[in-house]
Amino acid sequence: METKTFRSRAATKIVWPVLALALLILVNVLLDARSFNSFTDAFREGAFLHISFKNGYPSGALIDILNHGSKVMILALGMSLVIATGGVDLSVGAVMAISGATAAVLTVRGLPPTVVIPIALLISMVCGLWNGILVGMLKIQPIVATLILMVAGRGVAQMITGAQIITFHSPVMEFIGNGRLAWLPLPFPFILVLIMLFITWVSTRKTAIGLLVESVGSNPTASRFAGVRATSVIMMAYIFSGFCAGIAGLIAASNIKAADPTHAGLLLEMDAIFAVVVGGTALTGGRFFLGGAIIGGILIQTLTTTMYAQDVSADVAPLPKAIVVLIVCLIQSETFRNKLSKTWRRKQS
Amino acid sequence: MPDIHSDPSTPTAVQPRLLLRGTGLDKRFPGVHALQSVDFDLRPGEVHALMGENGAGKSTLIKVLTGFHRKDAGTVLLEDVPIDPASPKEAEATGISTVYQEVNLIPHLSVAENIGLGRQPTRFGLIQNRAIKQRAQQALARVGLKIDVSNSIAECSIAIRQLVAIARAIDLDAKVLILDEPTSSLDAGETAQLFEVVRNLKAEGIGIIFVTHFLDQVYQISDRITVLRNGRLIGTWPAPELPRIQLIEAMTGNKFSEQQPRTASVEAGTQRPAEEAVIQVKRLGRRNSIAPTSFHIHAGETLGIAGLLGSGRTELARLVFGIDRADSGEVRINGKPIRNGSIPAAIQAKMAFSPEDRKFEGIIPELSVRENIILALQAQLGPLRPISRAEQIRLADQYIQALKIKTPSPEFPVQNLSGGNQQKVLLARWLVTQPKFLLLDEPTRGIDVGAKAEIENLTHQLCQEGMAILFISSELDEIVRTSDRVLVLRDKMPIGEVAKDELTEPFIMQMIAKHEPEGAAN
Repeated sequence: METKTFRSRAATKIVWPVLALALLILVNVLLDARSFNSFTDAFREGAFLHISFKNGYPSGALIDILNHGSKVMILALGMSLVIATGGVDLSVGAVMAISGATAAVLTVRGLPPTVVIPIALLISMVCGLWNGILVGMLKIQPIVATLILMVAGRGVAQMITGAQIITFHSPVMEFIGNGRLAWLPLPFPFILVLIMLFITWVSTRKTAIGLLVESVGSNPTASRFAGVRATSVIMMAYIFSGFCAGIAGLIAASNIKAADPTHAGLLLEMDAIFAVVVGGTALTGGRFFLGGAIIGGILIQTLTTTMYAQDVSADVAPLPKAIVVLIVCLIQSETFRNKLSKTWRRKQS
Repeated sequence: MPDIHSDPSTPTAVQPRLLLRGTGLDKRFPGVHALQSVDFDLRPGEVHALMGENGAGKSTLIKVLTGFHRKDAGTVLLEDVPIDPASPKEAEATGISTVYQEVNLIPHLSVAENIGLGRQPTRFGLIQNRAIKQRAQQALARVGLKIDVSNSIAECSIAIRQLVAIARAIDLDAKVLILDEPTSSLDAGETAQLFEVVRNLKAEGIGIIFVTHFLDQVYQISDRITVLRNGRLIGTWPAPELPRIQLIEAMTGNKFSEQQPRTASVEAGTQRPAEEAVIQVKRLGRRNSIAPTSFHIHAGETLGIAGLLGSGRTELARLVFGIDRADSGEVRINGKPIRNGSIPAAIQAKMAFSPEDRKFEGIIPELSVRENIILALQAQLGPLRPISRAEQIRLADQYIQALKIKTPSPEFPVQNLSGGNQQKVLLARWLVTQPKFLLLDEPTRGIDVGAKAEIENLTHQLCQEGMAILFISSELDEIVRTSDRVLVLRDKMPIGEVAKDELTEPFIMQMIAKHEPEGAAN
């Protein structure tokens, strides 16, 4: 019974983003139907739901969403833990740039991927540690503390690359962002998402880390009084967020086979925060929902893809995106739902 | 009431005129019938105590009277005129003002601004500061308070804030003043001061509804007592005609055997040498917080700490548990010194601490009862040695049963439980770690009589099972009932220890009051 109530709580949280996602896909199908003047062609070539097989690998808009959304989804996993502690990590976009820059420079120097990848991830975790020290030990407000690295991090990435775009050629490094496995023909970045989801889930829910994170986020003082080492819990969350940003940074660099310190991961921290919040984790800290964050990430990417498909210019695209996020947040808000149902009942009577 | 007798139009009026009269008040919430056809009346110049356990309907009744909730049925007459306020503001305008337990003043504003808030005199749309100040001073004079009204509220003590809130409430020609647990954060001297103000307001003819959990205070100040239970009116009595036992019985609905006097379980304990004690505290102190203090507690012994609010009780507990770092002295458990200023070290040494402020320092509101119960043990084991879910459920069920925690399910968020049950969850959290030494800081604050008795009995039981307990409370009768010895603090200093055979309330009161300039304790 206990597990049931626990699951049902996570389930009710995930209902809204899933519904929103379904609705968004429906909108795309309707838009297709309008442009084709027919409903029967929902799966034909060029349609949103169409999946073709090129060289035996599936491709199409849905596959693209999983592929391109992988960075936000991975960021959202780390962001979930940080937000659950009552914080926020604005620096993930900049850390992506640092990670990509490090990997590109080392690859160009001729180091093998087995050395390059661990070093890039290690540096990303050091970035997370920096945030963790500022927030956990020095008690600086998370939004300010991580803003520092958000601004400074791009400068660090520029210094690493010598302020230029560095292109690289390495089969392994290129595979991370573009590869397909023969036995599992999904985009490799999305497979990374699934692996990271599993790792995060096991390391939070199969250990006591998840409980301690939620406890610190829900009431830091009471947690400390109960013997929880709140500082280390907070630092761990930021280090893990840095690690996730490192992986997302490798994917971003691999996608374009280059490190672009100015544009890699730009504004992705916002998408990651949206994904986490849409997925049911409150910005005030406490309970977190990993599955919700992944669905939230897919939702955000679907929105972006829809904009591109409808030829909305990239400069205007954030507006409709913000509106959809607002709607999902409103539906999630119990206060808003109660108000809505009250007005509804009043109209009926 | 000479004016009534001299009034020729009402020759038959023998009874005093009623100020406020509610008849058949009814209120339902989803799933709860919170108020079931309750009658309540208030005379001018009367203090009418409203009593009942948590969930009895006291708050609902008050919220219906003040317009916070709309009543479902019934009538309210204020001076024989029917009223139906739609908001607390409307109620204030008709003459019903309320001061809540957690005083709702705004900390960064000045005293004057707080009193005038929302009703500032303006001229041409501009607020007139001087007029506000004058009015605030007049209002404060009525409650006998002389302070600089331009001070910010944040600098005032809780007692002063309470008086400022009352001044704000009566500033609007209040006829009815509702005091909702006004004394829960006050010490004895401050309470006496508050009661003085209440008596003055009474003499002005204001009717006062007084909600409290403190039995003593009810008898000190009230003229009549009304008891509610489970949303029903149990009865209204003149205070002198209702013996204490009957009042408790009316509130709890059970025959109540008066608190068992503490069985002298460790009479010989006082003779045991300090070195064999479970906890030994030697000259533990911290600058500006508490002067060096020493004590020891043996297994199966309870040491009470008595002292007024601000005497250093909580500060001492925080030092012992390692929340704050001590400047001097040491803590030993079973002879082994504990690392200074480390909560995990204290817990590792089998200490446990139930803090004074349950809401902000105790419970983890969003987490379930189960998670709250296993939290301290899990924190001690560390993140990488999780307690299996089966074990968690077993522990939670065991302690929910043993402590009679009322919760629909172990998975229920702890924030939705009543105060008494939250306190039990906190106790369970520490009992799971099997402590040798238990620090209880105000464990019965703000919880109802039934739960209070249960917590006290539990303390006795744990003590008899061999735990060493430090018991802090501002209620002396509770300390006397619970403790074997009592350490008395005053002005952040220890002033002496009272042994078992001298342990009475007056004796401790005298100790605290001795040499006090104003002799506040009475």
